[in-house]
Amino acid sequence: MTTSTTVNGEPCDLAPGSTVAALVAEWCPSPRGVAVAVNGEVVPRSTWERTEVMPDDVVEIVSAAAGG
Amino acid sequence: MTDADLTDPFTVAGTDVGSRLLLGTGGMTSPESLAAALRASGTTLATVAVRRVDPATRHSLVDLLDGLGIRILPNTAGCFTAADAVLTARLAREAFATDWVKLEVIGDDRTLLPDPVELLAAAEQLVDDGFVVLPYCGDDPVVAQRLEQLGCAAVMPLGAPIGSGLGIRNPHNIELIVERAGVPVVLDAGIGTASDACLAMELGCSAVLVASAITRAEDPALMAAAMRDAVAAGRAARRAGRITRRFVAEASSSFEGMVAPGGTDEG
Repeated sequence: MTTSTTVNGEPCDLAPGSTVAALVAEWCPSPRGVAVAVNGEVVPRSTWERTEVMPDDVVEIVSAAAGG
Repeated sequence: MTDADLTDPFTVAGTDVGSRLLLGTGGMTSPESLAAALRASGTTLATVAVRRVDPATRHSLVDLLDGLGIRILPNTAGCFTAADAVLTARLAREAFATDWVKLEVIGDDRTLLPDPVELLAAAEQLVDDGFVVLPYCGDDPVVAQRLEQLGCAAVMPLGAPIGSGLGIRNPHNIELIVERAGVPVVLDAGIGTASDACLAMELGCSAVLVASAITRAEDPALMAAAMRDAVAAGRAARRAGRITRRFVAEASSSFEGMVAPGGTDEG
């Protein structure tokens, strides 16, 4: 069975060795005000460049939305 | 700002927040009308939700608030469990570089009322984790006290369910919470119009958080200005000390020296 990374609920096939930083660059116009969790753990911004996303990881990329 | 405002700062966790009117950013039709309402309100602290990025969205709420000099108060809206709320708060801290969080843990999606069990559990974890926690809670004085004992920096009891515009359903409970609280009490949720915000301040709340009552008003910027004035008026009235309620009249004009059409005082 092949597995793929899940990004914000969508299956996503990533090149081997893709980093969190690369994923953020792909998904967000700017990294400002963005945070990332992999498998339920927050990935600090300072480690985005060296954190590789694995094939079966569940990734959440979030930012601010209007809300009470 | 008047001299009276300068002697009456609104402080949370040692930080001078500024305006006693906090705004929610949800429910507005466009970024332009949101900006107009934020400006008219004079707010210095506004809440945002934490959501998955939408690659199609070009405008940035963070940039909008930054541009207006308004601090961001991330919330955990939509969370039903302590675990979800804690993860959301941690994401918010990373995204917005703030330790402050408006903690919301909802019990069901019909009433959106807070779940006190999950709320207390999440508050404890977040306080331990170094957050400045401002929990949205029911108007139960016991829960409010428990939250303060856990180390929350404020308590934010509801006046009525979120978005209901029903005003303050139990003013007595809000007064009880204020009377016992050693941290600021921020009336959150239920405000429908300016008089509700004014009442909250008259009851002794330190601040009011308003979202739907402004963002869903016919003229949001005008309602924002009305809320600003209502909060200022209510705060001033609270500090001024209102008169005691009396069952019967008490004349404000003295009867001394009344004219006597009959000719004599005995007449």
